[in-house]
Amino acid sequence: MASSIRVRAIANGETTDVQTLIQHPMDSGFVKNDKGEFIPAHFIQELTFEHDGKKVFVADWGTAVSKDPYVKFSFKGGNKGDDLKVSWIDNKGESDITTVKIQ
Amino acid sequence: MNNTVSSKARWRVLWLALILWLLGSTASVVAAGSESEFKSAYATAEAAEKEAGRLRNQWTVTEAALTKAKKAAEKNDFDSAIEFSMEAERLAKASIFQATSEKEAWKNLEIR
Amino acid sequence: MAALAAILAAFASLTLWSAQPAGAADRPDPVAEAAAFRNYFVKKFPEVKLEEFVNGPYALNGDMRRQWQEIDQFSPYEFSLEKGKELFATPFANGKTYADCFPNRGVGIRQNYPYFDASEGKVVTLELALNRCRVANGERPLSHVGDAMAALTAHMAFTSRGKPFDIKIPDDPRALEAFENGKRYFYTRRGQLNFSCATCHVQYPGEHMRAEVLAPALGILNAMPIYRSEWGGMGTISRRFTTCNSQIRSLPLEPQSEEYRDLEYYLSYLSNGLPISGPGARP
Repeated sequence: MASSIRVRAIANGETTDVQTLIQHPMDSGFVKNDKGEFIPAHFIQELTFEHDGKKVFVADWGTAVSKDPYVKFSFKGGNKGDDLKVSWIDNKGESDITTVKIQ
Repeated sequence: MNNTVSSKARWRVLWLALILWLLGSTASVVAAGSESEFKSAYATAEAAEKEAGRLRNQWTVTEAALTKAKKAAEKNDFDSAIEFSMEAERLAKASIFQATSEKEAWKNLEIR
Repeated sequence: MAALAAILAAFASLTLWSAQPAGAADRPDPVAEAAAFRNYFVKKFPEVKLEEFVNGPYALNGDMRRQWQEIDQFSPYEFSLEKGKELFATPFANGKTYADCFPNRGVGIRQNYPYFDASEGKVVTLELALNRCRVANGERPLSHVGDAMAALTAHMAFTSRGKPFDIKIPDDPRALEAFENGKRYFYTRRGQLNFSCATCHVQYPGEHMRAEVLAPALGILNAMPIYRSEWGGMGTISRRFTTCNSQIRSLPLEPQSEEYRDLEYYLSYLSNGLPISGPGARP
């Protein structure tokens, strides 16, 4: 099954630049379907990036984040070839994890 | 003191008030829309909207007004239903006018 | 009656304000019209390269362009594009595939659509061709405004990226009429807000309409289908046409109605030579 997480991390001198696109409906729970029923809330609650055993970026999300969220950030450290682990868990308890090498 | 109103005048005032009250309630009975008035107004609006449809130029707000008219009629609020029907008719006629005038007017916007 | 008179005055003043000298020949000359159309936009935006017009608002607004370039490294339409590739390759119940219906197996052909079908006397768009393929193979047609059609046309557009639009108008009075119909639709005011397509995309490209920057009409279909952040997903040309109509309070016609197909024909032809950039991403 294809991962829901696309991530690219590029070492840039002292820092590493990271971009991510995550496939997730991020339903707020306020939107109705064609039948007029509320689509239940289904959203990522926590998104975590780990490098060398340390959490370099943690996001606590709620219903305000849109579908298929895109995240871009930089952290100090990280060398080419290092592993970067990305994981999320949502309000239904679903989750996904992927690991990429820093380029 | 001679400012007391005579009983005759008092009766006259009461009589006038009664007449006015009767007129008032009669008038409001006349003003209150009937189901048949609604049906007539709605049919007129629908016909105009159909004509706009033939010209391929209907407006979303016209459809919305027709829907509101129907919904009000379902609740037996014929006053509102008639008002919405008349609004729908106005909007439909405006869209017909737009389609007709645009038959030639569009050329004015064309890039040459 | 007074309201009608007021509307009459409003229409009259609007049309007079935008009046241009009359004098076009009665027989349409698409070649000349395309040149005039192009010149209008090139003159209006002299610093924009011709092929850049396909990027719509990003060609006209530097701030938006930067944001788009950043996001494009991880295009939001990637999921839909992948889905489209998968759908295209999936055989029908009878074993045939979409590739069997299209020239060159459906690869790198998007820039030839729409075309005028002489045998039927009508304009055939890519969306229409896809559904015809389905029906001919015993499948139910897809909704023209739904996700599956958007994913399929996204995939086909992607295989044509960079190829210039190559719309043909055969020497057939019916094809010329379709072109004229499309043109007429484009410039005709409609809806309670009394806008024509031209009002936004010819008179005010680059300007703001609420929070949006308006795209120029030149090259406007090259990026289709588009992932719109507003929709949170990929949407077809049919979806865009119908929602544009609703936004100006004009009741949308049925997707792929003659008017819409002719409009697509007209706009695509005017953008001949400009590269396909689809699938696109827009706010």
